[in-house]
Amino acid sequence: MKTLSNLFKENVREYGMLIALIVIMVYFQFATDGTLMKPVNITNLVLQNSYIIIMALGMLLVIIAGWIDLSVGSVAGFIGAVAAVIMVRYHQSVGLAFVVSLLAGALVGAFQGYWVAYVKIPAFIVTLAGMLIFKGLNLAVTKGESVGPFPETFQKLSSGFIPDYFHGETLHITTLVIGVLLSILLVYLDLQARNNQRKYNFEVTPFSFFIIKSIAITAVIMGFCYLMASYKGLPNILVILFILIVFYTYVTERMVIGRRIYAMGGNEKAAKLSGVNTARLLFYSFVNMGILAGLGGLVFAARLNSATPKAGAGMELDVIAAVYIGGASASGGIGTVIGAVVGAFVIGVMNNGMSILGIGVEWQQVIKGMVLLLAVFFDIYSKNKNP
Amino acid sequence: MSDVILEMRNITKTFPGVKALDNVSLRVERGEIHALVGENGAGKSTLMKVLSGVYPHGSYSGEIYFEGKECSFKDITHSEEVGIVIIHQELALIPFLSIAENIFLGNERQKNGVISWFETISNTQELLKKVGLHESPNTLITNMGVGKQQLVEIAKALAKKVRLLILDEPTASLNDADSEALLKLLIQLKEQGITSILISHKLNEISKVADSITILRDGATIETLDCHKDRITEDRIIRGMVGRDLTHRFPPRESKIGEVIFEVRDWNVYHPLHENRKVSTDININVRKGEVVGIAGLMGSGRTELVMSIFGRAYGRNISGKAFKHGKEIDISSIDKAIKNGIAYATEDRKAYGLILIEDIKANITIANLEAITDGVMINRPKELTVTSDYRNKLNIKSSSVLQKTVNLSGGNQQKVVLSKWLFANPEILILDEPTRGIDVGAKYEIYTIVNQLASEGKGIILISSELPEILGVCDRIYVMSEGRIVGEMMSSEASQEKIMKYIMTQQEVVE
Repeated sequence: MKTLSNLFKENVREYGMLIALIVIMVYFQFATDGTLMKPVNITNLVLQNSYIIIMALGMLLVIIAGWIDLSVGSVAGFIGAVAAVIMVRYHQSVGLAFVVSLLAGALVGAFQGYWVAYVKIPAFIVTLAGMLIFKGLNLAVTKGESVGPFPETFQKLSSGFIPDYFHGETLHITTLVIGVLLSILLVYLDLQARNNQRKYNFEVTPFSFFIIKSIAITAVIMGFCYLMASYKGLPNILVILFILIVFYTYVTERMVIGRRIYAMGGNEKAAKLSGVNTARLLFYSFVNMGILAGLGGLVFAARLNSATPKAGAGMELDVIAAVYIGGASASGGIGTVIGAVVGAFVIGVMNNGMSILGIGVEWQQVIKGMVLLLAVFFDIYSKNKNP
Repeated sequence: MSDVILEMRNITKTFPGVKALDNVSLRVERGEIHALVGENGAGKSTLMKVLSGVYPHGSYSGEIYFEGKECSFKDITHSEEVGIVIIHQELALIPFLSIAENIFLGNERQKNGVISWFETISNTQELLKKVGLHESPNTLITNMGVGKQQLVEIAKALAKKVRLLILDEPTASLNDADSEALLKLLIQLKEQGITSILISHKLNEISKVADSITILRDGATIETLDCHKDRITEDRIIRGMVGRDLTHRFPPRESKIGEVIFEVRDWNVYHPLHENRKVSTDININVRKGEVVGIAGLMGSGRTELVMSIFGRAYGRNISGKAFKHGKEIDISSIDKAIKNGIAYATEDRKAYGLILIEDIKANITIANLEAITDGVMINRPKELTVTSDYRNKLNIKSSSVLQKTVNLSGGNQQKVVLSKWLFANPEILILDEPTRGIDVGAKYEIYTIVNQLASEGKGIILISSELPEILGVCDRIYVMSEGRIVGEMMSSEASQEKIMKYIMTQQEVVE
């Protein structure tokens, strides 16, 4: 039987960033005199970072495939502007704007993916060009001015909350119910995985560890839901995020296409010689990135209640940093959805906490840069230590 | 009157699991052209790497004396300082720099970090005259043919005040005229007092220029022949190269050979980059049910290029020809289609092309046939664990579990993972490219056993190997390839190493 400290050592890479996130949160909780974990602030934190997480999911696949997309910020701004023009200038329905925007995102992704996958121009160059192109198109579409405000249904995308079917007086009961169901589901899935492992004679972590893990998961979920419930409940966008995270977790861990993307990023030649159509796969990764950049752009625009000519500028930096902080490898083949989400929260909590503390934007950037460097250093260091 | 410039004594060099050099000795006299011959893997290149400091002093045992002094080279720069320069088979020139820049790369004519171009250019002109290359010093390497590039390499060596020049297969990629010119140059250099060691497979060239010949086999010196004392025939050299005991290195097998299951007709392939360079010419080969067919030939003879072009056009351009399975023409124009048609190709370079090293055994085994472990679109993980654990047991892959990363496995076990991947794809025709390269004797035996097993299950196997004993020990029938053509075909019952070597060396078609 292994000791807990051994277990910790083995899992430190997997949980390392989660632990770092907790440390950062605890630090800011104290530094801000408890403001960080106030229900309203936690809700804000989710709303502020939702579009980063959405785009990080797309970026994760591109980075696992071995490439990078520098254009996501500009694409998000451009797609937000397209949606705004459709709704505000042409008075079309929210639904139409939504569909057209996501299609436009897919097209943008297909355009960039074509150059990368089939013409074999390095993604760094293609998306650098894309960054300029879509920044320019954003200016052209908005004609250099803010477009807004939006219909209320569209705003609900990032400022609405799920309804409370139980009509709680002080607490949002539906939120709590969802929390309980989710906790039960996660513990059940974990238990099932353990049983499977035992069935196939694989080493299982000790039961005590499983109990501790389950309690921790339940505590985090219930604590979070309680905070949310004592404000306005779960935001709509969190539900969307949750669905996306589950979906992409399945794509990366359980689906053929996900497995093939890891293989391509790990060794493109070997993947190709194993019958994987690497060019097409890479193309799809970029199409997917385009769609998610589009969705991120919609959420961002809905949050500001207007599309601005400069929207999205610099966003790609936070998105890429989130994925790398989350443990993805710059040379491809390694990275997880959960890691990218945690990475996005690390960035988000730091942004939020430092703003509350009134730290100037210049130092915020310096600190964020140092954290990115440290996170990747830690990753490489631990890889070298136990390969 | 022997005046020895170089003496290597009792050199032993081991790699993990393999003894590459075992007590090898080499004596080279001043001002001679000394040929070093042996089969692939005999240890020629390793010996030269020891000599030039690629493997530094301390990583081998034995002594090196150059000009009477004991040497312990730390790296290449160190050996070049005393005048030992090696020119590798793969030329090490920078394509987008000029001749002059390449010649003085790392050895720049400079003052305080500023290059003196006058000196560079005028020195280059002198050197080019010496090697007989009529090109402007400003010509870019990329605009020159391989033959001329080879001359630039020699000029570069001369710039370093070379006293012992080592050439590793210098004519392997040259045409006859260029080869001729290069050999003449070697003789000229000899007259100027430069000693050379020439590694070559082309025995006719060796008998033309060599003063003495040292034969290596299995990492040991067999003999040194003096070309001036006796008349050395090519047969005499070949005998020295191949004579060895074959018993008990290969598991016994009874072949049950059926009808032709796979056939390639009139197959022609062009080089992917050089427009008019043909890499496979008029290839007609077939394999029968339960048969192991070998393709023998030297490195660079175009065997890998041929089979990769067959495997879904993974190599080459302008591929023409037809492929048949069970007498019916099949479409193998992409790797995906080739696999679906029951063809598998296990690469010669498992680290670069065969494995995803950062992933575990399980993911590597299933990657070529993920459909087989999915329910609809989801990967059935318990099923994946079961089938891959099965292969791990069946092929005896030494590992902690199928969750172990392949990067940490030994060469033999990595090879078994590659084989498992292709067995899981359930092919009818299995192409194995150098399946035992770089793995130890025990693991080789296991691989041969697997090959026999597969053949007895009725699969058709095409085996490429540079080791003739392996070809003879494992195959039922043998094709001999040279310079992109099939130059011979024989049943292994009537084959011998001498016979195969003769086909390769004489490079002419002999109809059985």
